Amino acid sequence: MTQLQVGESFAKRLVAYHLPLFFFVLFALFPFYWMFVTSIKSTHETYNRDVNPYVPVTCVAAIAEQARSLNFNGSALAENCLYHWRTLLRDTLFIRWLENTLLVAIVSTLISLFAGITSAYALARLRFRGADTFGVLIFVTYLVPPTLLFIPLSDVIGDLPFLHKNLLNSPWALIVAYPTFLIPFCTWLLTGYFRTIPKELEEAAMIDGATRIQAMVRIILPLALPGLLSAGMFAFTLSANEFLYALIFIYDAPNKTVPVGVVSELIKGDVFYWGELMSGALLGSVPVALIYSFFVEHYVAGMTGAIKG
Amino acid sequence: MSKESRAGQITVAWTKTRYNAALALLERPSVLGYLLMLPAAFVIFLFVAYPFAWGVWMSLTNKQIGMPWSQVKFTGLQNYVDLVMNDGVFWTTAWNSFVYTGIATVIKWILGIWLAVLLNRMVRFQRTVRAAVLLPWIVPTVLSTIAFLWIFDPDFSVINWTIRRFYSWMGWGYVKGPLWLGDPTLALASVTFVNIWRGTPFYAISFLAGLQTINPDLYEAAAIDGASGWQRFWYVTLPGIKPITVVVLVFSIIVTFADFQIVYVLTRGGPANSTHLFATYAYQVAMVGSRLGLGAAVSLFMFPILALMIIYQLIYLRREQA
Repeated sequence: MTQLQVGESFAKRLVAYHLPLFFFVLFALFPFYWMFVTSIKSTHETYNRDVNPYVPVTCVAAIAEQARSLNFNGSALAENCLYHWRTLLRDTLFIRWLENTLLVAIVSTLISLFAGITSAYALARLRFRGADTFGVLIFVTYLVPPTLLFIPLSDVIGDLPFLHKNLLNSPWALIVAYPTFLIPFCTWLLTGYFRTIPKELEEAAMIDGATRIQAMVRIILPLALPGLLSAGMFAFTLSANEFLYALIFIYDAPNKTVPVGVVSELIKGDVFYWGELMSGALLGSVPVALIYSFFVEHYVAGMTGAIKG
Repeated sequence: MSKESRAGQITVAWTKTRYNAALALLERPSVLGYLLMLPAAFVIFLFVAYPFAWGVWMSLTNKQIGMPWSQVKFTGLQNYVDLVMNDGVFWTTAWNSFVYTGIATVIKWILGIWLAVLLNRMVRFQRTVRAAVLLPWIVPTVLSTIAFLWIFDPDFSVINWTIRRFYSWMGWGYVKGPLWLGDPTLALASVTFVNIWRGTPFYAISFLAGLQTINPDLYEAAAIDGASGWQRFWYVTLPGIKPITVVVLVFSIIVTFADFQIVYVLTRGGPANSTHLFATYAYQVAMVGSRLGLGAAVSLFMFPILALMIIYQLIYLRREQA
């Protein structure tokens, strides 16, 4: 079952293996192709039901024309292919949203990594009363979906007892909200990771006179660097993808994040700016997709590690 | 040596002792353990446990957006009773949530195992293909759902364009094609479809990890005993990935049951409130309709199912570890 079987006919392999895989890939990628094609079409083409929607005719014609005449003309290409991309980057707040998303994602990731490291270390290494309860509590929090809490949480964040300041409509509302799901996630991933590091290394350092905290910072953390890196990357992408809290906590267009900004500001009542929507959706997806594809092995390893641990 | 510097030395020595005592305290696992748990515990208490309690309280009141505190009244179980007794949309919502979760989970499960087996058989281009099929799960959901909104557009749907072309090519005449998001049943099917599209890679990649932990000797032994491909799948592969299957299913059921984004972008719960899930209906009642108390009650209806799944998961994991 797991290996290619010797002696299978080509026809059998085609039906049992190549064709299904081809359809899976097609199924997965078609919407992205669709975003791309729509983003480089002219508005006129987008709303013309008689031209073939699979091909961006105007853009292809412009490229073909330049290729034939061997006369490169960048502004003509921009006019025919990249019109919506230019509008998105120049005439909308997309760059602002990108900045907001980055700020929120980086700060909440750093906070969550710190809290995740400390609690994961405690859960993986230290024996103290209530440790099991803490572990269960963190796991439960990891499984609680934001949709269960968003209504009261917006109240709580809007009226924090010790701040006397309304955090809503500022990036800080998201920076304090995102750790609620990022900390349990980091703790979960890192606890499994810390357990794979031999205890003896720390114990040796402590026999040589290091304190426990020194041993943790100097011995364990450097060894856990791959785990920290992947936990950080996943936390970053999780916060960059978050939608519900960002939708509810932020009201003003310039303060929004990419997912909320694209969905709420590029659709005005009944008017959908499809070209801009699609280029925004692609541009918002690319960084996250790149990061993920580099770290997916770690994610799977972390998950199976945590299940086994 | 002057008096002052001697006194200074004594103070330094004292501070040092105190400092060392504090350090020694940190060497005790109990003290250090609580200290290290503190940041996480603080966040969980303030932004998870407290809001949860606050939400339960809200659901027992008539709180609305912008309502002065003097008018907020404790109404007991009135919100829950209103939803169950007098709210048709609530029952549609509950039904949808179960249908959506049930159908999507079963299909994602089947497709996920199939895709995992295919990927596991792969020799060449494995990394590239894996990255490609993972994309739906990786990118921000609302952004990919925007693409589906356009794919399901009433006038310019590419599916309908293709159906139309196919009909005229076959000489069957003109057909308009269905209104994907305009009919209650089709709209719910479309929303479920997008959920399957997004979730299948998660199942596949998890099952793939599970497949790789199965000892190849088991397949060999089964083959020697004359087991067919299906039998080997049934008696070796499925039991081999059972631990990860339970975890993936529970996780996925929770996320699917509490889903918000796909419905929010594709239908906003329409047409005529027919495709709401608990989360989108809670949003509609609380954020669009300003009735915070009632909305909190709607979202708390998710709680029993979620609690059940979480408890099952905990018991299962504990049993596995033992």
